[in-house]
Amino acid sequence: MTETLVAFDDVLASYDPAMGLEVHVELNTRSKMFCGCPTEFGAEPNTQVCPTCLGLPGAMPVVNGKAVEAAIRIGLALNCEIAEWCRFARKNYFYPDMPKNFQTSQYDEPIAFEGYMDVTVPTEEGDGETFRVEIERAHMEEDTGKSLHVGGATGRIHGADHSLVDYNRAGIPLIEIVTKPIVGAGEKAPLVARAYVAQLRDLIIALGVSDARMDQGSIRADVNLSLSPKGSGTLGTRTETKNVNSLRSVERAVRYEMSRHAGVLDAGRSILQETRHWHEDTGVTTSGREKSDAEDYRYFPEPDLVPVAPTRAWVEELRTTLPENPTQKRARLQAEWGFSDLEMRDTVGAGALLIVEETISAGASPQAARKWWLGEMARRANEAGVEVGELGVTPVDVARVQVLVDEGKLNDKLARQVLDGLLAGEGSPDEIVAARGLAIVSDEGALSAAVDNAIAANPDVADKIRDGKVAAAGALIGAVMKEMRGQADAARVRELILEKLN
Amino acid sequence: MPEITRDEVAHLANLARIDLSDAELDQLAPQLSVILESVASISGVAGDDVPPTSHALPLTNVFREDVNTPCLTPEQALAGAPAVDQQRFSVPRILGEEA
Ligand SMILES: [Zn+2]
Repeated sequence: MTETLVAFDDVLASYDPAMGLEVHVELNTRSKMFCGCPTEFGAEPNTQVCPTCLGLPGAMPVVNGKAVEAAIRIGLALNCEIAEWCRFARKNYFYPDMPKNFQTSQYDEPIAFEGYMDVTVPTEEGDGETFRVEIERAHMEEDTGKSLHVGGATGRIHGADHSLVDYNRAGIPLIEIVTKPIVGAGEKAPLVARAYVAQLRDLIIALGVSDARMDQGSIRADVNLSLSPKGSGTLGTRTETKNVNSLRSVERAVRYEMSRHAGVLDAGRSILQETRHWHEDTGVTTSGREKSDAEDYRYFPEPDLVPVAPTRAWVEELRTTLPENPTQKRARLQAEWGFSDLEMRDTVGAGALLIVEETISAGASPQAARKWWLGEMARRANEAGVEVGELGVTPVDVARVQVLVDEGKLNDKLARQVLDGLLAGEGSPDEIVAARGLAIVSDEGALSAAVDNAIAANPDVADKIRDGKVAAAGALIGAVMKEMRGQADAARVRELILEKLN
Repeated sequence: MPEITRDEVAHLANLARIDLSDAELDQLAPQLSVILESVASISGVAGDDVPPTSHALPLTNVFREDVNTPCLTPEQALAGAPAVDQQRFSVPRILGEEA
């Protein structure tokens, strides 16, 4: 069905958007939520399963204490209250992605509730604007299995003949973080949604409780959106868009649903409360299952698990393990790195603070780390339409490239070719240098011969340099670099030229 | 405890993906009512000062260490599956969420 989409500015002229974000964070515990199965990503299908996570008769779940600890720390970092006493509940449903026919979750007794996160949204003037996102709850649950839909016309679910299910992921601890309705963001709604998920991801990384890889699904966002007539102060019917697995997609999905809702409402029709699927390639949502009786999950308290009652002493002990407050941290890093206000703001604005920090810890100088991520890497991320952190190049890789430059083994041009190799997944920087033969030729004999050739071929230039016009050396350096196919240290070439002509 | 209606049984059957005929609904609804009434007699015993419990023992905070224990082999895991394909459980097509 073709959707009528209303231009973004026209949406804002008639409607106020309200959003709700549900973010699932897969914890990086060694074992699953209720059993000792490993949680490694990418294992062969059905090799990380046991009677408990397969829901075989008689198997008894026991809560992973480390996962509870992570849940409490996430709750505290989101300024939440931590429940004195709470239980797990069975969420009953009959899809094959849970072999038990229920998912163990929390219902009306979440471990953390009533918090907030202040998110910074970029503004045109450059300095960010702060927007408070209220957190309704963060609760513990388990992930589902992965289904592969095969057969049928398209291989997608509606045409699928059957589904093949791998339960390796079933039972991996998840924390679901749910916001209260985010209202009043207006034209900034898409940016607020993106900034919230970005900051939440950074917080999760700082807490060290998850791999936080959106591309691998260890952080997944569901975006709820509704429109109400401008100034009415009401909430309209919402849709829930799933599969939103990059920061850029969060922003695009909000924008798309705003335009689509307005098209439906302008035509005098009403929004169907439903699940929508996000399509990364085309940037649109399509209708999923209509939620009617499927919403009836018949929750009841899990009889196989005892309540979780975190003592206040434990909660306070965990509070002392929280990462430092983001504002204080920025001030500290700026001082340590010697960044100007502008440099710092650009780094934060590009969502690159954490990645720059990690690159510096991996051995690059602050200015070099900033230069790579805000320059070359930002450009390539922009071309690929992803965040810099989603390129698949790690801070350790970039730091290593810079170290090779610092050691004179690569120049900037060769370093960029190493980046090409990293983006193409050709291995580590050192492997790429070896495989592509990119190292600078440090053979002084070869270099000296190339310099001699350049001088002989450009006698006029050589004379100028002999007369003290050092700036003319550029032409000779260019000639040498050409002969050396770029694999020479330009600074060393310059030294050699000046030595020979003085 | 109010009687469970035929419509409620039909709704539950639908949620549980159990296909019940009209005759079966007519037969099951009164039977389920009897069962629920028997269980409900417990609420007659508990006073107002006894909150509903979800567990038989007054325990809290029973946690596991975050360590790995042996898994089943894929052969063991899939042994009870009606159909297997590509080392996965093969199930009939479903209308639901994509994983
Ligand atoms: Zn298991």
